[in-house]
Amino acid sequence: MNFKLSLLLLTFIVVLTACENKKDKISKTVGGDAASATPTTENYDPKRGEGKYTEASLNLGATIDDAMAESGSKIQGVKCSSCHKLGTEKLVGPGWKGVTTRRTPSWIMNFITNPDPMINKDPELQAQLELCLVRMPNQNLTDDDARHVLEFMRKNDAAK
Amino acid sequence: MKSKIFYGFLLLGAINLISSCKPKNPSTSLGADVASKAYVPPGKHDEYYNFVSGGFSGQMSVYGLPSGRLLRVVPVFSVDPEKGWGYSEETKPMLTTSHGFVPWDDLHHTELSQTNGEINGKWIFANANNTPRLARIDLKTFRTAEIIELPNSGGNHSSPFGTENSEYIVAGTRFSVPPDNVNGDVPISSYKQNFKGHISFVSVNQESGEMNIAFQLKTPGVNFDLARCGRAKSHGWFFFSCYNTEQANTLLEVNASQKDKDFIMAVNWKKAEEYLKAGKGQKVTAKYAHNVYDEKTHSATSKMMNEVTVLDVSELKDICYMIPCPKSPHGCDVDPTGEYIVGSGKLAALIPVFSFDKLQKAIADKAYDGEYEGIPVVKYEAALYGEVKKPGLGPLHTEFDGKGNAYTSFFVSSEVVKWNIKDLAVVDRVPTFYSVGHLCVPGGNTRKPSPKYLIAYNKITKDRYLPTGPELSQSAQLYDISGDKMQMILDFPTIGEPHYAQAAPAELIKNNGQLKIFKIADNSHPYVAKGEGESKVVREGNKVHVYMTSIRSHFSPDNIEGVRLGDEVYFHITNLEQDWDVPHGFAVKGANNAELLIMPGETTTLKWVPDRTGIFPMYCTDFCSALHQEMQGYVRVSPAGSKTALSFSVGKNSNPEEAKGTESK
Repeated sequence: MNFKLSLLLLTFIVVLTACENKKDKISKTVGGDAASATPTTENYDPKRGEGKYTEASLNLGATIDDAMAESGSKIQGVKCSSCHKLGTEKLVGPGWKGVTTRRTPSWIMNFITNPDPMINKDPELQAQLELCLVRMPNQNLTDDDARHVLEFMRKNDAAK
Repeated sequence: MKSKIFYGFLLLGAINLISSCKPKNPSTSLGADVASKAYVPPGKHDEYYNFVSGGFSGQMSVYGLPSGRLLRVVPVFSVDPEKGWGYSEETKPMLTTSHGFVPWDDLHHTELSQTNGEINGKWIFANANNTPRLARIDLKTFRTAEIIELPNSGGNHSSPFGTENSEYIVAGTRFSVPPDNVNGDVPISSYKQNFKGHISFVSVNQESGEMNIAFQLKTPGVNFDLARCGRAKSHGWFFFSCYNTEQANTLLEVNASQKDKDFIMAVNWKKAEEYLKAGKGQKVTAKYAHNVYDEKTHSATSKMMNEVTVLDVSELKDICYMIPCPKSPHGCDVDPTGEYIVGSGKLAALIPVFSFDKLQKAIADKAYDGEYEGIPVVKYEAALYGEVKKPGLGPLHTEFDGKGNAYTSFFVSSEVVKWNIKDLAVVDRVPTFYSVGHLCVPGGNTRKPSPKYLIAYNKITKDRYLPTGPELSQSAQLYDISGDKMQMILDFPTIGEPHYAQAAPAELIKNNGQLKIFKIADNSHPYVAKGEGESKVVREGNKVHVYMTSIRSHFSPDNIEGVRLGDEVYFHITNLEQDWDVPHGFAVKGANNAELLIMPGETTTLKWVPDRTGIFPMYCTDFCSALHQEMQGYVRVSPAGSKTALSFSVGKNSNPEEAKGTESK
């Protein structure tokens, strides 16, 4: 009796696993790329952010470069002002006042040029996303654009 | 007892499981490995782009192969409310013709641009069969960039076939008609005296792609059907199938099927160029529209042209030669070497194959059988390489694999027949479901076909798919032709009626510099708002211009007051996004119009004429972010002559005190 039962059960299991194996194979080939795209927070430096900039590569001046800040202000008008105010008030995203004291220059530069990967990995950005619900768009800033926007942020923070 | 039943159930369950592992699809007869051949896993890209004519939809569809996934429908000759094509102020000029605004056409054939007889991935051309026009679609944007109208024509069917370097795209008239510059108010029965054929040679600027009618060939009145350029050794020649050489003007079904042979007209276009240079062309008045879309201003302009240069081939003797071809030829296809010209008589039970070398010799030897309205008729045998005997019923079109084989579609017997060009022997045949028209092999009309797949485009689907009432879709069937035997691996429905299609390796198109966004800095639309700071509302008489911006997820301005009944409101919307795949949409209640779909960095305009006073909502139609449902606004419309001031704002909420005094009474 028990033997018969276990035999049947065995058939059952064999059949089941046969099916399962097939499925597995398919999902494995399908998932090849998806798996590598899942975020890994290992190796993420929350001070520097992720992107091509480091503190050393930025080389900020002790004083503010007004020409650069002026250019940054214009870019802000086209690409940023729809969502960010210059004070502390939140619009779509947080206001800019104090951003250069809250974040390192490299973090800012990396975030504004490489937002999507950072939103996926940065714990503070994920918390921010829960408040804003809109992912900051990639506005395709050039290296110079980004640097000028940073200078404008510094100037904005220096103003009383 | 109980336990026996239990075992029985277990057994049954096991059997069920076994059988559930088997594929349930009834198409198992196709062979077990068929599904995997057409399977492209989620997230993976296809191997080929397939650009398929949309027939009476007027549009062009783009499929991925081998999956048969529909990637995009590109609006060309018909309005498309989904994309605002023909509804936005910027795109209306694209559909302008000498007959005014034409919102529909019938797109039959597509032609990829070429360099040295190979696909170069820059543009694809398409023909309008009803109101004769030619379109150029830019393959960096997958948008229609230019449309040119063709004068002296009626039914642009023999088009848009091109030469080896896309020097010219041709457009042969299906209906011969009296030329545009003479009085066309003549009896229809005077066809033989008054009706003429015209074939346009439209030049293409190799840098910008801009098209211009270089010259037209004036021919006897017949119906031009299809065409192919000569290539390699036959570069400089073009071959056009023509039927109704009987010159019937009624019941063509019978009256144009009288003669045993019609013609393939061979055109020496290099010779035509010489005549043109020598000033033998006649400038005639003709009114036709030339419409060009400018990517910087995001706007189209339509220019009315008034002259075209015509070469009369009855007078200029050595441009055209008629090759007799049995029974109302439809397809006229040239093999990759340029030596063989395959004619397909719709009503013939054989396929004649002509030799370019023999044709040249026949012309040199003047091996003629008289003239047809002033054009020498080459002796059939003098140009013939040989005939494929009893290949099937109703041959239509032929494609090539570059390995010495030809593939011909048979409408009446619903099949594709593979035959060897050298020995003219049938080597394989497969059924299609049903009534196949054109075929496509990627690069099948070039020097270097990419012969992995063949696609058959079918007119009738009947029982192939779930029924959908009286109107059913047409279909495409995909065959693996990499082996000796053709094997059907996929069957998918298509939009409109697919006629001809072309396909290109995916790499060639996706690496051609695909545009992802329009740079906002380059936007020179006269009503652009580069940033919210520039958004505003301006009144000019009864025209109200709204310079509006959109970004996830709000418009600026989103509250507008002071619009009055009798005003025309123009919403000029600039999408400030600069990231790929973030369009915003725009719609306003009561618009006798469509929506707008605005790509990142683009400015597009919707005209709106309010028909009553009140509050009109507007909103973003393309789901853009988690706060998409918040992307909305209001326009207040007051009576004509109202004193409500023009005002606009974003982010300013109502103040009950302020609101008291502003109600319009």
